Amino acid sequence: MENLIALLVAAPLLGAAVLLLGGRRLDRAGHLLGTVMAAASFGLAVVLFTDMLGRAGDDRSLHQHLFSWIPVGGFQADVAFQLDQLSMTFVLLITGVGTLIHVYSIGYMEHDERRRRFFAYLNLFLAAMLLLVLADNYLLLYVGWEGVGVASYLLIGFWQHKPSAATAAKKAFLVNRVGDVGLSIAIMLMFTTFGTFAFGPVLTSTGETSEGKLTAIALMLLLAACGKSAQVPLQSWLGDAMEGPTPVSALIHAATMVTAGVYLITRSGAIFNAAPDAQTVVVVVGAVTLLFGAIVGCAKDDIKKALAGSTMSQIGYMVLAAGLGPIGYVFAIMHLVTHGFFKAGLFLGAGSVMHGMNDEVDMRKYGGLRKYMPVTFVTFGLGYLAIIGFPGLSGFWSKDKIIEAAFAKGGAEGWILGAVTLLGAALTAYYMTRVMLMTFFGEKRWQPDAEGNEPHPHESPKSMTIPMIVLAFGSVFAGGLFSLGDSFIKWLEPVTAFEHGHSPLSAAVVTSATVVVLLIGVGLAWLQYGRKPVPVVAPRGSLLTRAARRDLGQDDFNHVVLVRGGEHLTRSLVYVDHTLVDGVVNGTAASVGGLSGRLRKLQTGYARTYAVSMFGGTAVLIAATLLMRAV
Amino acid sequence: MSFPLLTATAALPAIGAIVTAAVPAARSRSDGDGPRGSGTAKVVALLFSVATFVLAMTVLVRFEPGGARYQLTESYDWIPAFGVRYELGVDGIGVALIALTALLIPFVILAGWRDADHLENSSRRWRPTQGFFALILMVEAMVILSFEATDVFLFYLFFEAMLIPMYFLIGGFGDRASGTDEAQAATQRSYAAVKFLLYNLAGGLIMLAAVIGLYSVAGTFSLSEIAQARADGTLEMAASTEKWLFLGFFFAFAIKAPLWPLHTWLPNAMGEATAPVAVLITAVVDKVGTFAMLRFCLGLFPEASKWATPVVLVLALVSIIYGALLAVGQRDIKRLVAYASISHFGFIILGIFAMTSQGQSGATLYMVNHGLSTAALMLVAGFLISRRGSRLIADYGGVQKVAPVLAGTFLVGSLATLSLPGLAPFVSEFLVLVGTFTRYPVIGIIATVGIVLGALYTLVLYQRTMTGPVKPSVAKMPDLKVRELAVIGPLIALLLFLGVYPKPLTELVDPAVGHTLSDVQQKDPKPDVEAAK
Repeated sequence: MENLIALLVAAPLLGAAVLLLGGRRLDRAGHLLGTVMAAASFGLAVVLFTDMLGRAGDDRSLHQHLFSWIPVGGFQADVAFQLDQLSMTFVLLITGVGTLIHVYSIGYMEHDERRRRFFAYLNLFLAAMLLLVLADNYLLLYVGWEGVGVASYLLIGFWQHKPSAATAAKKAFLVNRVGDVGLSIAIMLMFTTFGTFAFGPVLTSTGETSEGKLTAIALMLLLAACGKSAQVPLQSWLGDAMEGPTPVSALIHAATMVTAGVYLITRSGAIFNAAPDAQTVVVVVGAVTLLFGAIVGCAKDDIKKALAGSTMSQIGYMVLAAGLGPIGYVFAIMHLVTHGFFKAGLFLGAGSVMHGMNDEVDMRKYGGLRKYMPVTFVTFGLGYLAIIGFPGLSGFWSKDKIIEAAFAKGGAEGWILGAVTLLGAALTAYYMTRVMLMTFFGEKRWQPDAEGNEPHPHESPKSMTIPMIVLAFGSVFAGGLFSLGDSFIKWLEPVTAFEHGHSPLSAAVVTSATVVVLLIGVGLAWLQYGRKPVPVVAPRGSLLTRAARRDLGQDDFNHVVLVRGGEHLTRSLVYVDHTLVDGVVNGTAASVGGLSGRLRKLQTGYARTYAVSMFGGTAVLIAATLLMRAV
Repeated sequence: MSFPLLTATAALPAIGAIVTAAVPAARSRSDGDGPRGSGTAKVVALLFSVATFVLAMTVLVRFEPGGARYQLTESYDWIPAFGVRYELGVDGIGVALIALTALLIPFVILAGWRDADHLENSSRRWRPTQGFFALILMVEAMVILSFEATDVFLFYLFFEAMLIPMYFLIGGFGDRASGTDEAQAATQRSYAAVKFLLYNLAGGLIMLAAVIGLYSVAGTFSLSEIAQARADGTLEMAASTEKWLFLGFFFAFAIKAPLWPLHTWLPNAMGEATAPVAVLITAVVDKVGTFAMLRFCLGLFPEASKWATPVVLVLALVSIIYGALLAVGQRDIKRLVAYASISHFGFIILGIFAMTSQGQSGATLYMVNHGLSTAALMLVAGFLISRRGSRLIADYGGVQKVAPVLAGTFLVGSLATLSLPGLAPFVSEFLVLVGTFTRYPVIGIIATVGIVLGALYTLVLYQRTMTGPVKPSVAKMPDLKVRELAVIGPLIALLLFLGVYPKPLTELVDPAVGHTLSDVQQKDPKPDVEAAK
């Protein structure tokens, strides 16, 4: 059975290779091939999953060693896979949602002349993402980690003719590279500490080293996670990444790739558990991002950017939960999975809306779309109810557990974290209700686009609506299913360990509080966007609104300090290199040789004569020396 | 006596150079687009380079990684009066670099197929096509001999001799000027060529003094005899003498490699030369510098090498970051690649002087992988430049739309240059970083900044040239032709292969690195957990 693991990665990789190398001959069937490869990987995943269920909890981990990758001295990196419950969860999510989004893209990208290439990149993404979660050591994980980065780069910049898309793609890659520095240093630290960077040996020998070392490793891993998962302070790329086609936003920038940071932290749980200081930092990062993303999400009029803010915020929840240690890992992953369903569904819904609205993304120019797009409305609506945590739906189960765990952290910290998560829940309810109302309710506010085409909103084709319906099912039922008899906890416990947190508040109190803040959030949004008409031109807004529209100023900071500063630095260095370094070295050489006058003639044709004379000089010198030896 | 394989591997391209140069020029050129003789010369040169590659592969197969340090040795008295011997032999590092050289030259020739065509009409030149390809083969011969020589004086000869053909390649064959003043371009070319020559000759002269000094101390030029004397304890070399001699050698190699602040000849040379010649400089010729640091600096002067390590590491670190920052600031595609190479040479030198098995294996792999990745990026850049006739980044934009295959291969070259995991350069860069980190954590951490900067300059270059709206000047740009695909395809395949399965290379290089490390009497630091036990 373990020999099948490599095939999970191989199927989409083969698809990508064939689609890229096949050229235009495959234009007509490329999308089908890509989808079949994704589905094949999903089929394999299901086979492996049923096999895994047949074995006892602590006997479920499978290993496949392919070959020795980089053997140099004590440095041994292998291409080897590990499929345990944690990887399996991701594999099912990645291939399942991935296949649905392939199907959706058939319709969504129908009129794009580069559709084959799009599917090639999607397949490439799947392969890299699967490699990331299946690797049995950190260096191979790094390959998948960067692989998804490249796929993301290619897909954000898929419409490269738009300068904004090309810039967004580059930005995403660069910010992620900053995170990669963290991953590199973490691996190097593991190597100097443990002499290896394979999961097994590293994670079982954390007791043999100092807490300081472990804290350093954990913080470097966190830096990597911040880059990939768009957590503060490396979050700035995610909003811009919405330049990519919407299926990409759904798959990569909502359901799977951006959650890789949560995977990394959960996988490295043993390291974090032994480094409480690092855990505190993780929790703080999660809490800050949770609020940061939610505030940004409240202010954006671009539907995709509002959802991107939401993604950031929800991943903040997951990171926070993972930072809580064994009381939180399971819920981080559970929220990750349910979020995968409803956020992918919401993005696909947004894409469906854009599809019907001449690619308009400004929600102020939507309104009343529920009558024109009933399927989109219902599926989006179910996703909406799930994400705000409407009792009984997926998001309710997973988010509620995180809030409980936050309180259970104990002490003042617990109260602060609990309050933050509750505030986040209220904000979530507010911004999602806002999106819902502005898009589907109220008066229609459509305007002709730049070419004067009046939008004719219509329901999307079946290939697009069916994936939305499937995801809506997940959004409704997944959370309940996972919580039934604590099945998700039992499933993951052998890998991540699990402890019941002891919350100062009873579960009933927390749940009621969650429901109350939810109602407050929904109510506030309704007062502002439901009760009165939405202005087509955004009002100036409060200081906070304006700051949130500008992503709370981080881009401005980046621009002034990093971009402008960097440009000045490189420009002055170019000058220094040209005048100073070149001049000093040439000058030294010239004065040493007493040749300054001749150097000036370099450009006047005497140069060759000079070179020849220097060669001649060398020859004479050699001859003289040899002669001296002989005499 | 067995067949002198190493001599043959170097002699074949030298003979090829002579034969190529001897192909008669056509008298009339009424038909077709080029004189008849020039086409023959190209084919002859290509055949010789391919045959050399076959011989190099034979060397690779015959070499036993676990066997003696120097293999396939040849030894003849040459100038007995002065102890100069014709002594050849290869270790794993030399074999890897000979294979790289012999592999790249056919691609260089194929990529430069039309680079001399525009000179054929010029009346004052003598057989430009024959000359161009003959010079390339001559460089190949000299480079291979440098990798093979185990006699210090012999090495010095080839190290210096390769400057002559290189000088003419840089100064005599530029890009076809379009729009710019040909006279001005010729002046710049000539400046670049002379700068190249003067820098390298200056290094060579100092090295010559050190070579003679070495002889006066050791009484021989032979590496093996010196090593033997050292082992027997009969070699008397005062610490200060060793330091001076080390500096003499190192200076020459640091110019060739090149190491900051001796690097400024490289951007000029790579900018003015045609793309294939630029590849010849950075991917092949410069490797002799880093190779020689490993073999001669560390091998002959172990104590002095350790003495100089802190300074060299800092200079290498400066090279990494300085080169990358300057690459970001370039407006000329070829100069950008040149500064990127300076950054990469910083990594190679860092790995060599970290004196760990990961660092030095990584550095050797880096030499090979940098050769492949720079060749891929620079040759595609050359294809691009030949279509538009400009080296300026600002003259391009939106090429992806009109020439997707060209843009795609350019992207792969860029990703290789930024050391993307999965492609070969990642393996070497990471090994260098780890190898440095285990002994010098702070330097290792600072060097990781190069990871971010590497992504910056490559992706900025890609964005500005390939994406965005299609500029009118590139609107009719044709995509890659079959000849160009034949150049770039195999290079990309190799980058992928060595990224996924570098083991053949590491197995080849590892034992040689072990010998070098025992020369300098250094062992890898043990991991904490083991050290504690």
